[in-house]
Amino acid sequence: MPNRLNAVARHNNGWLEALPEKHMLKRRIIPCLDVKAGRVVKGVAFLNHRDAGDPVELAAAYDAGGADELVFYDITASSDERDIMVDVVERTAAQVFIPLTVGGGLRTVDDMYRMLRAGADKVSINTAAVLNPQLIEEGARRFGSQCIVLSIDARRVNTPDEPPRWQVFTHTGRNPRPTGLDAIEWARRGVESGAGEIVINSMDADGVGGGYDLDLLRAIADVVSVPVIASGGVGSPEHMYAGLVEGRADAVLAASIFHFGAYTIQDVKRYLAERGVPVRV
Amino acid sequence: MSIAVIDYGAGNLRSVVRALQRIGASLEVTSDPDVVVAAPAVVLPGVGATRDTMQSLERLELVAAIHDSIARGTPFLGICVGMQVLCDQSEEFGLHPCLGIVGGAVRRLPSDLKVPQIGWNQVCYTPHAAQHPLFSGIEDGSDFYFVHSYYCDLTDARDVAATTTYGLSFPSALIHGNLAAVQFHPEKSGRCGLQLLTNFVRWAGVA
Repeated sequence: MPNRLNAVARHNNGWLEALPEKHMLKRRIIPCLDVKAGRVVKGVAFLNHRDAGDPVELAAAYDAGGADELVFYDITASSDERDIMVDVVERTAAQVFIPLTVGGGLRTVDDMYRMLRAGADKVSINTAAVLNPQLIEEGARRFGSQCIVLSIDARRVNTPDEPPRWQVFTHTGRNPRPTGLDAIEWARRGVESGAGEIVINSMDADGVGGGYDLDLLRAIADVVSVPVIASGGVGSPEHMYAGLVEGRADAVLAASIFHFGAYTIQDVKRYLAERGVPVRV
Repeated sequence: MSIAVIDYGAGNLRSVVRALQRIGASLEVTSDPDVVVAAPAVVLPGVGATRDTMQSLERLELVAAIHDSIARGTPFLGICVGMQVLCDQSEEFGLHPCLGIVGGAVRRLPSDLKVPQIGWNQVCYTPHAAQHPLFSGIEDGSDFYFVHSYYCDLTDARDVAATTTYGLSFPSALIHGNLAAVQFHPEKSGRCGLQLLTNFVRWAGVA
């Protein structure tokens, strides 16, 4: 395992920058916006914005604030509202020029195509892939693996005296449903089928703010050859550092830590850079 | 006078078009060889595999048009696979010839790291290219967004305008007379990417 975070050199402008031996690929900080019927759910309080609920405007603000990518998660129920999401993606893609992932409710390759055509760079699938694992392969074959993100919601299911084991769940919002799938095995299969990135959302940590499940992240990073994105449960820059360094994630996905103004993206990046984690400044 | 953005089915065509529109460039999306040859500047986008790209360019009879356009001195920008196909040959899915406009071979990134490389990586100018108008206003060592499994192993070091390190140091930008090409995606690289596209449009004199 190459040491990704070795020598640290001081930049003349005061930033600290890591000098890994093999590459300067940056760890990515990815804000995620939950969108329902074209509006950002719960709003975003980090800026005195004219319209704190407009996903297009917030995407532009996050881009200006240093986000490395953006995720729109569509929690819309009806198909009419899904047309609104297509419009949101189109308008965002016309003015935000960093990678955009769209997830939520994509069930078919045609659903993926609509979002990619509207301007999304990647689509993220979760429940639909569990119900129809071929969807990963079909999407990867048609659009390329780099477009297909497999998002996994996982919960620890071992007893305290057993070795750690995680199961994949679906419908995590209201009524989490166990799938019987082992999370590590599902991640491995997903990548074999063509997923280009894996998002790991630990349900044990999600929304609690206690940090990522580092054992889970490491276990996934050990078995897949594609980037792993840590999601869920982040309350501080320290958690992000742990996810990237101890959890060996390539990127961190976060929502409320940024939306409610606790930290800016630059706060997080400064914290990480000072500790030798390569980030884009 | 519009920039010809070559349409051969590349996945990032629309993103490149949107980014050029954003910076106010006048452009025409085309797969017509005559339009490409007559255009005052040409952009060749690209995502995916060199073999598919070459086959598409051949099917649309665009190979000769691209050669003609570059031979006439038309400013040309290749992006990602649009850079790779400029080389002599590619090793992707079996050795096959490419456009042969610059000396070099397209090779796979070393497999001791995650391939494809996905994400932001540092682009460092070579000394002879650092002052090139393509890089105007973009600090040396800036990060650009990459998504690729293969890179251009260029024969002539003078063609290498910038390098990036991922397992090895590879050419992330090439400049050869009127020909410029980048391995990263300026259309997805935020402010620096838009600046590079603006620089290309100005350099091409079509702003």
